Formats: sequence, structure tokens, C-alpha cells
Amino acid sequence: MADIALDRPAAASREGASAWSRLRTSRGWLGLWFMAPAALILLLFLAFPLVKGIWLSFTDTRIGRGGAFVGLENYEWLWDDSVFWLSVFNTLLYTAIASVAKFGIGLYLALLLNKRLPFKALIRSIVLIPFVVPTVLSALAFWWIFDSQFSIISWSLRHLGLLDHNIDFLGDPTWARTCVIFANIWRGVPFIAITLLAGLQTVSPSLYEAATIDGATPWQNFRHITFPLLTPIIAVVMTFSVLFTFTDFQLIWAMTRGGPVNATHLMATLSYQRGILSGSLGEGAAIATAMVPFLMLAIMISWFGLQNRKWQSG
Amino acid sequence: MAGLEIRNVQKSFGTTPILHGVSIDIQDGEFVILVGPSGCGKSTLLRMIAGLENITAGEIRIGSRVVNAVPPKERDIAMVFQNYALYPHMTVRDNMAFSLKLRKAPKDETATRVNRAAAILGLEKLLDRYPRQLSGGQRQRVAMGRAIVRDPQVFLFDEPLSNLDAKLRVAMRAEIKELHQRLRTTTVYVTHDQIEAMTMADKIVVMHDGNVEQIGAPLELYDRPDNMFVAGFIGSPAMNFLKGQVTGNSFRTDGGLTLPLPTRGARPAEGQRAVYGLRPEHVRLAEGGVPVEVAVVEPTGSETLVLVRPPGEAAGTDLVKDLGRDMACVFRERIAARPGERIAITADPNLVHLFDPESGRRLS
Ligand SMILES: Nc1ncnc2c1ncn2[C@@H]1O[C@H](COP(=O)(O)OP(=O)(O)OP(=O)(O)O)[C@@H](O)[C@H]1O
Ligand SMILES: [Mg+2]
Repeated sequence: MADIALDRPAAASREGASAWSRLRTSRGWLGLWFMAPAALILLLFLAFPLVKGIWLSFTDTRIGRGGAFVGLENYEWLWDDSVFWLSVFNTLLYTAIASVAKFGIGLYLALLLNKRLPFKALIRSIVLIPFVVPTVLSALAFWWIFDSQFSIISWSLRHLGLLDHNIDFLGDPTWARTCVIFANIWRGVPFIAITLLAGLQTVSPSLYEAATIDGATPWQNFRHITFPLLTPIIAVVMTFSVLFTFTDFQLIWAMTRGGPVNATHLMATLSYQRGILSGSLGEGAAIATAMVPFLMLAIMISWFGLQNRKWQSG
Repeated sequence: MAGLEIRNVQKSFGTTPILHGVSIDIQDGEFVILVGPSGCGKSTLLRMIAGLENITAGEIRIGSRVVNAVPPKERDIAMVFQNYALYPHMTVRDNMAFSLKLRKAPKDETATRVNRAAAILGLEKLLDRYPRQLSGGQRQRVAMGRAIVRDPQVFLFDEPLSNLDAKLRVAMRAEIKELHQRLRTTTVYVTHDQIEAMTMADKIVVMHDGNVEQIGAPLELYDRPDNMFVAGFIGSPAMNFLKGQVTGNSFRTDGGLTLPLPTRGARPAEGQRAVYGLRPEHVRLAEGGVPVEVAVVEPTGSETLVLVRPPGEAAGTDLVKDLGRDMACVFRERIAARPGERIAITADPNLVHLFDPESGRRLS
């Protein structure tokens, strides 16, 4: 769109200039030069591992032993592997519940923090704490909270007389799933809340005033003003959230290592277990590669479904 | 439609008082303009009428109903904001239809009303555009359309033209005035542009530091300002204020100019200190008048602005507020005088004013 203006210096020097000086002065080429370092880094550190991983998934490489190309054999194995399918199910469940809950709670918190509150700055920093604590550390804390013998929850409930035995939080499949999802929500909410808060603060207060005068109730203000204006940022933040949740590894590994009986194994943890711990790099790579279509789908949905709005400039 | 009554309204933000008891009566169908310098509380008052700020003390009535505790949406007012506050994610049509949609008005009624407002404002071709695709003037018109569609009891405008360029402002000024003549909806309009106020208002309310200084028709304020603030605020270029005292049949300024006393009102006492108010456009060239020294000549084509000072005096000696400025005169004639030359002037005694130097109130 601005190309017309930007191209002018190049056009001026077109006649009688050598190819090199044209390369040096053309705005288009200049852009390419500036992009090159970043592109190179991206290629080296992002594309290469990805391609390498996908390549590995077509081999029977084991740790310490180079492998041969085996075609789709790893995938055929996985196709018949009930643990793999369980991990797919777990991942989808984990991602769906955690993302929806994180969105709901995050949005609620953001709306709350956007109001005039006493000690606003303090409350905002408190909200950020779960995000600041290293994941492994918080996972350990959760592990302790949900421990079968020393769980503070069981202890409190027992002392209140509501319970006569300890709950085996991480030993029971349903409880274990609930606990890891809870931990993920706890950890993910601040990111969403703070990002949405930033989005909320870009909405001009006079829009709410105009809507109020037009007769909008607080709910209608949210429904017709806040929410639509927030959709672009919701799209971005939820895409990230879904991607991070889908590929989550640390929390699970620190809390349950995929147990009990694979009930909390996600694709990422299963891939690590098969690929690194059991040494079947090829199979691990295949599991990891199997995540790619899901992630692509998530990106597509947000890209086409939410991000481009006619009313936005640019 | 309805009138509006503002009774001794006060407003404080926290402990800071902003409005100190404002009373204004607005008749049904009247176009009232609030003017005053920046920060005097115009927007605050308007927002209190709209219900966006609560009322610390006093009473606001719309029609006969006290609205102090009535939420904005039930006040039946429409407001046009300085930044227009158009909903960026809605088309022009949806922007205008929004209030009706919230009221769950029937679809065909909504369409009729939106189309009628669009026709009045010449927005028919823009109905499917988004606000970002409109020019400033078009946005302004959409904001007005949004208000018109509501068919409210009272229109409130907060400096609706201040974001437009000078030419467009003049055009929109006429458009708003015409619109008011057509709809006859009671209107309260805030501006700090006194030309806007003079040209559009049925009644002007001059505010200063949270007080009403004077309320009156535009020419009334121009002809008979109650105090020096109003006198200086209304009229452009601003009125000259000259310090001095009453001496015999004339007024002698501290700089040594002798000017005629006003013919209106009671004759002030001999020797009384006063401030002489003289509008630049009421200064005449006169053979045998008061000699003054020309400091600056600024021809504008239709008239000539000349800054003068008492001969041999420094700039601004006579003036009350030492603005470092000379006395301004506006002449219809073209003046050939150069800086440093002398001209003879006089003032029309029917058009000059005397003010009390302490209180600033009008004498007589
Ligand atoms: N929310 C607020 N909290 C504290 N003080 C405020 C608030 N809003 C306005 N004020 C103060 O109230 C005074 C009047 O403000 P207001 O916006 O009414 O001025 P105005 O006459 O509209 O000026 P302008 O011509 O610049 O728009 C100002 O001194 C301002 O600082
Ligand atoms: Mg204002």
C-alpha cells in the first residue's frame, strides 16, 4: 500500500545504474537484507529442529544408534497403540477444559481489575504471581498439596470432620486429571488476565458512556462493546494459550509423570517418555509430529475465524 | 421535548469543589450554549445533566422530573461527544440503530428512523461504512445521527466541532443550527469558541471557575456584559480594559488618554477609580480626537487591526491585565499609518463600559 511511495528512490536510480547499486538502493531489496538475519535465525533454530524431528519420525533411530528410514512404520505402530490414543484424548481434554476455564476466569479477573479498585497495583501484582513462579516450583508445590499422605486439603477436611480418610489425589485417575488441569489453570490465568486487561484498557471510556446513554445495561455494555472490541486480542491470547496448554510438559511431568496408569499422559509427556527415557527416538518423534496437525488446526481457526475484522484498521 | 432546570448545582471531585452552585433555566426548544475557558466545568455540568457524573448538591430537572437519581438511559437525553465515541466495530447504520436495538424497537421502525436521520444529515451513502472509513466531518455527522435517531427530550453536545478544521467547522455550525431549527429539540451545547456561541445560541451561559458569570442572549452579553470577565470573553478581538479615573466629563486613563464617559446609566462620581471597557471595533478615527501612537498595523482585508498606545508610554501601561499588549482598535477603513506615527481616535460614548476595578462588576 505504501509501496508506491517507497519505491520511488529505486525508480529514480533505475537508468544507468549497475545491478549492484540497484540492489543497494532498492527499498525492496533493502527490506530483504534487513530481514535476512532474523530469517536465518528462525530457519536455524525453529525450522531445522522441526524438519529434523519430522525426519526422525520416519526412522527407527534409537539413542546412541543412527536409524534407517522406515517410512510410516512408527505411525502405524501408534495407530494401534491404545496408550497413544489415550494420550491424545488426555491432551484434548486437558486443553479444552483448561483453556475454557482459563479464558473464563482470566476474562473475569481482567474485568474486575479494570474497575476502580482500592490497592489496584497491589492486586495486579498478586494476580501475576502464579505466572512468575517457575513452573517446576509451582508443580512441586501442587504435588505436595495433592500428596496422598501429607495433602493439606485432605488434612484440613479431616480436621473439619468432613472426611475420614485421605484423598489419593494423584493416585486416582479422575482426581489426577482434575488436579493437573487445576494446576494448569492456576498457572495460566495470570497471562490471560493481564493480556486481556491490557486490551480492556485500550477501549475508550467514552464508548461505555455513549452506550450507557444509548440505554445499555452493564451486561449489554459488555456484550455489545467490550467483548467485540476485545475479540482481536482474545483471538491472539487464546491461540497462544491453546498452543501452550496443548504442548504442556513441565507441570505433568513434575506432578504425575503421566500416571496413574497413563491417565494424565499428554502427547508431549508420552513423546518424552518413549523418545528419551525408553530411547526410541523415532517413535517419540512420531508422537510429537502427530501434535502438529492439531496445532495447525488451532492456528487456522484463530487466524480465519477471529483475527481479521473488517472494522479494524490495517 | 422538555425544558431543563438546573438549580444551585454543585460538584466536587473528592474534596476539590469544581462547580459552586450553578443555576440555569432552559426553556423547551431553546438552544443554550455553555462557554467559558478551559477547566471551568462546562463538560462536568453537561455530564451531570447526562447522568455520567453524580450531583454533589442541588437539583437538575428535565421537564418537571428531578433526575438527580435517574440513571442516564432513563433521562431521555442524547449526547454527542467531543471525540464522537462512535462504536468502531459497528457500521454507521448499526451505530445509529444501537439505542433502538437496545430498546428492542421493531426492525422496520428502526430502519425508518435511521434512514430518516441519514437523509437529514446526508449520510445515506455511508450507512454501510465503518467509522474508520469516514472523514472527521462525516464522523461528526454520524455522532449527531446517533443522537437524532433517539428523538430525545434534550440534546447535549460537548465541543462537537473542536476536532474539525476551520472551514468544516463553519459549515457544521450552520448545519447544527439548521437542524435545531428543524427539530426544535432543547439543546445544551458546550464550546470554548465564543464565535460558535455567538452565532448559534438562543442563550449563552458564560462560566468561569465553576460559577455562572452571566446568562443572556448573545447580543445582550455583547452589549451589556455584567462584569469584566464576560466583557473580555465575549467579542473578538477582546475588549480593551483601561485603568484610570473619572475626571470631569470624561475618563482619564493612567496613561494619559482622555475618553468620553458612557452615556448610559448613572454618572459616576468625580475622581472615582474605574476600568474603562472599550471594544476594538468601537474605536473611531476622529479629527481632533485623542492622539495615540501606532504600534502595529495588521490589515485583514475587510478591516484593519491597529494596536496603539498613549504617546510616549510603554506597551500596556493602561491595560488592567498587563498582557504586554497595546490597546487594540479595529477600523473599517484602511489605515495607511506606520508604527511610530500618531493617529487621533475617539470612542463612541454609547458603546463604552465602566467596571469596578476591585469586583470587576459593571458600574451603573
Ligand atoms: N474525574 C475528575 N476528577 C477530578 N477532577 C476532575 C475530573 N474531571 C474534571 N475534573 C476537573 O474539573 C474541572 C472542570 O473540568 P471540565 O472537564 O468540566 O472542564 P471544561 O470546562 O469542560 O474544560 P475544557 O474546555 O478544557 O473541556 C477541571 O479543573 C478538571 O481538572
Ligand atoms: Mg470539556
